[in-house]
Amino acid sequence: MDFTLSSLMRRRGKNAALIVVYVLIVSLLGSVMFFTHALRREATAVLSESPEIVVQRMTAGRHDLMPASYADGIRKIKGVAEVTPRLWGYYYDQLFGSNYTIMVPSDFRYGAGEIAVGEGVTRAAVTAEGNLMPFFGSNGKMTPFKIREVLPVETELISSDLILMSGQDFRALFSLEKDLFTDIAVSVRNPQEVLTVAGKIRSLFPDTRPILRDEIIRTYDAVFDWRSGILLVIFSGALLAFIIFSWDKASGLSPEERREIGILKATGWETSDIIQMKFWEGIMISGTSFLVGLILAYLHVFFASASLFEPVIKGWSVIYPKFRLIPFVSAYQVATLFFVTVVPYTVATIIPSWKAAVTDPDEVMRN
Amino acid sequence: MRRSDIYIAVMLMGIASIAVLFMHAAYAEKASSAHIALERGIVRNYMLTDIALFTEARYTRHPSMADLNTPFQDYPFSFEHFPSGSLMPLPPGMRAAGRQR
Repeated sequence: MDFTLSSLMRRRGKNAALIVVYVLIVSLLGSVMFFTHALRREATAVLSESPEIVVQRMTAGRHDLMPASYADGIRKIKGVAEVTPRLWGYYYDQLFGSNYTIMVPSDFRYGAGEIAVGEGVTRAAVTAEGNLMPFFGSNGKMTPFKIREVLPVETELISSDLILMSGQDFRALFSLEKDLFTDIAVSVRNPQEVLTVAGKIRSLFPDTRPILRDEIIRTYDAVFDWRSGILLVIFSGALLAFIIFSWDKASGLSPEERREIGILKATGWETSDIIQMKFWEGIMISGTSFLVGLILAYLHVFFASASLFEPVIKGWSVIYPKFRLIPFVSAYQVATLFFVTVVPYTVATIIPSWKAAVTDPDEVMRN
Repeated sequence: MRRSDIYIAVMLMGIASIAVLFMHAAYAEKASSAHIALERGIVRNYMLTDIALFTEARYTRHPSMADLNTPFQDYPFSFEHFPSGSLMPLPPGMRAAGRQR
């Protein structure tokens, strides 16, 4: 080990550069894994309280408003516990260029002309609790709403762009008729019967689309799976860089390294000793890089809120939630990262050394 | 002190740091139950269906509620133009619903 360290120190510039690149790749791969896993865990934990079934009405292939008569029809289906028509929509704020989600809670605690907003809304619209916030209705008229509450900052991941208002204000703002709703939330008495109830809703109202809670959760499972989407692109980009980097290492040794092996062979070192030395060399570089990269990935995701990914995820959004992810870390993630980064590199360093070690020392040194 | 001893000490420190991070993760996960309960309460009370991570387009804000024709909503064969639209794959429920039709 001492000899290997001395050998590495002789080429300290090259090896330091190698470790820096290696650390960056490991920390990028680790950040993607930690970030997606933590987001997926939090999203699925939180959305397990979303409505059991949401029924949308489709017209000409697009989501359309739901007449109140549909809710009455669904209520009569056996097994249905509760039917709650939902009123919600989007509002584009021309002043600040941001999109808000406007929801009408079934038990809105404030009165007409009052709203509760998410923390992201106060940031985007540069406002605060107690201020008036202007809204332009579909009739073009401006209506000011008083901000009565700012939703807790810890819930930004789900409430950042939310604006809560009364049903009366919502209907007035969007000139919505009294018997129309956005969609319907349905709860079922027996969770085993959710699929059956969804099937009955579809056969009773063929122009509807029931969305199950399971589907909502599976959506987030798919969106934040590190093996899909752009995260796979980031992941595979880093992985490809790593493969090229390992391949470069595996495709041959530098003349200096070959000469070193030749001298060692000439001074009586066995092939197995040289392979062992190169194995230690690989372990030292990859092990050090893995440890440092893993620590950096953890700090980046869970202490710096994955700030390097923010521009990618933010895209063209004006509102981006400020959140600190709960560190859900599993041994599986660390093991996957280890096998993807450390093992290939270590193997890649041994092969060319073995090739050089089995050739005649004289030939190795002359070449 | 031999170089190998220094190296081993540094590696052990690295392993210990990772163990500390794992302990931090376990502690933070336990301590987060109140935070998760608060978020779950908001989701239950306001009947929310999606998280507010991508707010740039309606189908990225509420991917689980998006139209079945989301990828072609502007015109047939249109390409996705919102950055976050390319970040996330098609929700699996949508694919299943597409097959039913």
